[in-house]
Amino acid sequence: MAYKFDFGAIVPHWELLLDGVILTTELTVIGAVVGVGLGIMGAWARASRTPVISQIVGVYVELIRNTPFLIQLFFIFFGLPALGVKLTELQAAVLAMIVNLGAYSTEIVRAGIQAVPHGQIEAAQSLAMSRLQIFRYVIILPALQKIWPALSSQIVIVMLGSSVCSQIAAEELTFGANYIQALNFRAFEVYFIVTGIYLVMSILLRMVLKVLGNYLFERRRHV
Amino acid sequence: MSEFSNWDIIYNLLMAARWTVLLSLTAFVLGGLVGLLLLMARTAGGAWVKGLVRCYVELFQGTPLLMQLFIVFFGLPLIGLDISPWMAAMLGLTLFTSAFLTEIWRGCVEAIGKGQWEASTSLGMKFTQQMRYIILPQAMRIAVPPTVGFSVQVVKGTAVASIIGFVELTKAGTMITNATYAPFTVYGFVAVMYFLICYPLSLFAGYLEGKFRHVAR
Repeated sequence: MAYKFDFGAIVPHWELLLDGVILTTELTVIGAVVGVGLGIMGAWARASRTPVISQIVGVYVELIRNTPFLIQLFFIFFGLPALGVKLTELQAAVLAMIVNLGAYSTEIVRAGIQAVPHGQIEAAQSLAMSRLQIFRYVIILPALQKIWPALSSQIVIVMLGSSVCSQIAAEELTFGANYIQALNFRAFEVYFIVTGIYLVMSILLRMVLKVLGNYLFERRRHV
Repeated sequence: MSEFSNWDIIYNLLMAARWTVLLSLTAFVLGGLVGLLLLMARTAGGAWVKGLVRCYVELFQGTPLLMQLFIVFFGLPLIGLDISPWMAAMLGLTLFTSAFLTEIWRGCVEAIGKGQWEASTSLGMKFTQQMRYIILPQAMRIAVPPTVGFSVQVVKGTAVASIIGFVELTKAGTMITNATYAPFTVYGFVAVMYFLICYPLSLFAGYLEGKFRHVAR
């Protein structure tokens, strides 16, 4: 009983996959931009001189890094309504991605900040720059440049992780795949193709982030 | 409608958590063995073997774990292998783990100075001897902290196995939620249990990193 593969059965549903790719991309872009922003603020707070703030951020980071993304997603989507916070599937998905990436990038950015030579910070202090000014003009760019590769990998991981958002019926790429296989029972073919799409997307995303990194830090390289 | 007290929830989740631990351990050990073989192939093999291993790593690092599990779960029956969710989850996670560990360990082997290889070659050692007596003992010391750190990713990865129907901690959480309509409590407990498994591993990895830092240079 040889199974006959029929990849052609996917072709009529290409629009579903395209919609999925678009939504996955949107989720990733919003998640990455806000998540990294959150991470930078987190790293700033982690270096705060008020121990309470630093500790709260520390607890947030450890909680997120030591629980599965799927559970964070379920907690936000199914659990939060109990507290009166009702979110749509997409809001829950993007919030989970932001919260998740925020925690990881807090740690990554923090490592970058620690790598900034102390002399530069002391020099800035002797120029009477405020803490915020020092962070904005002296610390953050070299810190980001240093950890850009690690941050890029983490963003790719979050993009790939978004595939489990199909479980709360957020209509991203994996959801499209599930839908198609429910229509034509060609599970293997669909998932095979979608895996390929994810692979291409992750390679493209890595390239985009590399170009973006070159652009962002170009000024520094010429100094 | 059955009444579920908090203790019932915790008890049932703990029972399911055993499967999470078992799946993590199996995937980690088997993935480590496959990863070691791949590492050998990549270190000793010719150009196209190296390329093949690199593709393998790229494939597993560049696609979602969920898709990998789906392909194993839906793909193997097509070639006539009847496969349970447990087998699919174990196989998928093993392959996933092996790809990441190979990549981590490759970095560690490459961190060993070229002079070590040359010196052992000049002593007339074969590749297996070099690996066994010279390279691995040194590489292993730097490899331990990131390997322990990665075990956290494996534990968290097992949550995805719930989607192909394997009943572990996450799936049990979903099932109990469907019975109790108390998602906040149940997923809260589930999160705490994952945390209790993962956090000690994270702390241990951090401790080892501090301990071995001087070796890494």
